[in-house]
Amino acid sequence: MSSAQFEIQLIASLVAIACAIPGTFLVLRKMAMISDAISHSILPGLVVGFFITQDLNSPLLILLAALTGVITVILVERIQKTGLVKEDTAIGLVFPALFSIGVIMIAKNANDIHLDVDAVLLGELAFAPFDRLTVGGTDIGPKSLWIIGIILLVTIGLLIAFFKELKLSTFDAGLSASLGFSPVIIHYGLMTMASITTVGAFDAVGAILVVTLMIAPAACAYLLTTDLKKMLGLAVFFGIFGAISGYWVAHWLDASIAGSIATMLGVVFFLVYLFAPSKGLIAVMYREKRQRIEVLLLTFLLHLKNHSEVEERHVNHLNEHINWQKVKSKTVLDLALKNNMILIDNKIVSLTEKGDEFTSQAIDYIITNEDAQIEDMKKHFFLFRG
Amino acid sequence: MNLQEYFSLVFSDYTLRTITLGTAILGAVTGMLGSFAVLRKQSLLGDAISHAALPGIALAFLITGAKDTNTLLIGALVSGLIGTFWIRGIVTKTHLKSDTALGLILSLFFGFGMLLLTFIQKQPNANQAGLDKYLFGQAATLVESDVWLMAIITGICLLVMLLFWKEFKLLLFDPDYTKTLGFNTKFIDVLITSFIVLAIVLGLQTVGVVLMSAMLLAPAAAARQWTNSLGKMVFLASIFGAFSGVFGTAISASQDNLSTGPVIVIVASVFVVFSFVFSPGRGLLFRQIRFIKNRRDLEFQKTLAFMYHIAETHEDISHPHTIKILNNFQGFTRKTLQKLVDKNYVTLDGTMWSLTEEGFETAANLYNQNIKKHE
Repeated sequence: MSSAQFEIQLIASLVAIACAIPGTFLVLRKMAMISDAISHSILPGLVVGFFITQDLNSPLLILLAALTGVITVILVERIQKTGLVKEDTAIGLVFPALFSIGVIMIAKNANDIHLDVDAVLLGELAFAPFDRLTVGGTDIGPKSLWIIGIILLVTIGLLIAFFKELKLSTFDAGLSASLGFSPVIIHYGLMTMASITTVGAFDAVGAILVVTLMIAPAACAYLLTTDLKKMLGLAVFFGIFGAISGYWVAHWLDASIAGSIATMLGVVFFLVYLFAPSKGLIAVMYREKRQRIEVLLLTFLLHLKNHSEVEERHVNHLNEHINWQKVKSKTVLDLALKNNMILIDNKIVSLTEKGDEFTSQAIDYIITNEDAQIEDMKKHFFLFRG
Repeated sequence: MNLQEYFSLVFSDYTLRTITLGTAILGAVTGMLGSFAVLRKQSLLGDAISHAALPGIALAFLITGAKDTNTLLIGALVSGLIGTFWIRGIVTKTHLKSDTALGLILSLFFGFGMLLLTFIQKQPNANQAGLDKYLFGQAATLVESDVWLMAIITGICLLVMLLFWKEFKLLLFDPDYTKTLGFNTKFIDVLITSFIVLAIVLGLQTVGVVLMSAMLLAPAAAARQWTNSLGKMVFLASIFGAFSGVFGTAISASQDNLSTGPVIVIVASVFVVFSFVFSPGRGLLFRQIRFIKNRRDLEFQKTLAFMYHIAETHEDISHPHTIKILNNFQGFTRKTLQKLVDKNYVTLDGTMWSLTEEGFETAANLYNQNIKKHE
């Protein structure tokens, strides 16, 4: 591994960490699409900044572009406040307009600006190690490494300093306001940080893939944990994993590094989406199926409890009365038998003592509207789950 | 070429005519279907779908090796639909919210698309150039067959929309009621969504994946301001969309170095801003005017009521009082006084005012809605 390769992976990992931190909060605050809007609408800011500074890596340009990002957020909120359109429409209206302005500005000044729209959208990490920063004649590393490193340090510093406030205002804006932490300041602080990160990262990974690095690791982490600190840690881990594995995929396919990172994150998300314990697709579908059968079982037991007459509890009658399909009724009967809730004697089905107790308790909970308790009760009664 | 030349050439010049017609049809169909997207609060779905279509274009090229527009658009359609239904799967089956799902699918699919595009570029195949026109779109590459395709699909959309108008409308405003009436809501839902995806895919060649969402949203958001009726909104949105297409093409053709897509988006945004400000019912301007007018009415009524309470204490209601005592009262201004005089509720005599019979009568019944109704 050459030093250029190492530097690329280092930059990619730092970008991933710097994006994962604000990304986690954006996902939790249901503002993920704002990052998409910001990443597009920084374009006019970049162009204007480039006119002034003539240098894509100057801090002034980053600030100007980040300012455009914050303006986008304010504009979206203003439009939303008029009540003329919903929030999502407001986002969808603002960023394409700003992006178009940026594209047109570039097209009209193509001779003066060495700025390619493709480059803004896609970035090129492979060239990052060639643009070096020299201080007093000595080479101290690639420029983008320094930029993203500084942004990351600021992000981590702010995260540690305001962790409590961020957590509080994310989960309970009302409480946070009543305790004296202004949710507005925290909101705009977060937006500013997200904008600066987006701008700082765009020339490495491109504007759209900044969105991937913000949302995908956080979304994966959110499916695996509900603890904020763990979620941040997992998001950072997934970000770094995506960055490094993505680099090697790109190396192998000879394709865009940013695209490969996004693809690797996509693969990771797909796996987490399917297999996450308790929140993944398979776990959810399994749980839904189990609940469906258990509800059927409860219905069946209630029916038995309501009818003490022998003829009402005859197998043939039950088949006719409840009118379930064969497989369905067999599953329910098996479950009930396994749990010792019913007895089948001479084709007459009757509740056992345990089944009777279970049913009475379930009715109590249903009547008093404490449905949540039924889940606990099931744990107590069931030897086998549905 | 300036704008006048453009309009004189638009009917005779083949390229200009094709492009103008293409963008106009595109604007109309996206406006039409965009209305549903906006009202269903799926505004950003368009953004996600258009980005999600990119890997489909690249894969279609990789598999068939052909650069034929129709093949690529079918690829885009398939991958757009996969993206849409994955978003739906994420939102319904996990606790991730719709914004996360949208942003996730958008960026993941786009990233994968970019991987494929860069991979294709490295292939020893002379045919690969020009795929990246789908990023920002190139209206100039439209040919007559593309316009025909657009026209046919627009026709199908229109037909299906008219056929299922009642169901679409019902589902839009009251999904639960639709279900209880026995309509297959899932089918209708999938139908609308599929047509939205179709419209987006249709526009990729012209406007590109990045800006396509604005084509869907802007005409509909503008039309929403002018009417509360779905039929009128869909119609207006189509008109706005078509005009954005025509004007955008005209402006970009009359200048050098202007790609059509961004210009169309800017024109559509101008329509939106204009509608936000000037629409008579909901617009900001008229809302402000109504607000001021209401405040004036209130001040006028308050002044009258104040005078009434003074006059009430005297036997002769027209007993003159000095204007100075009105100064204690906040609602009073010279303007409201003048208005009262104009309406003949009050007569002025130097620095004294007195309530007329008519003014007294009105003031007494000011807050009495019942009597007013009888009049």
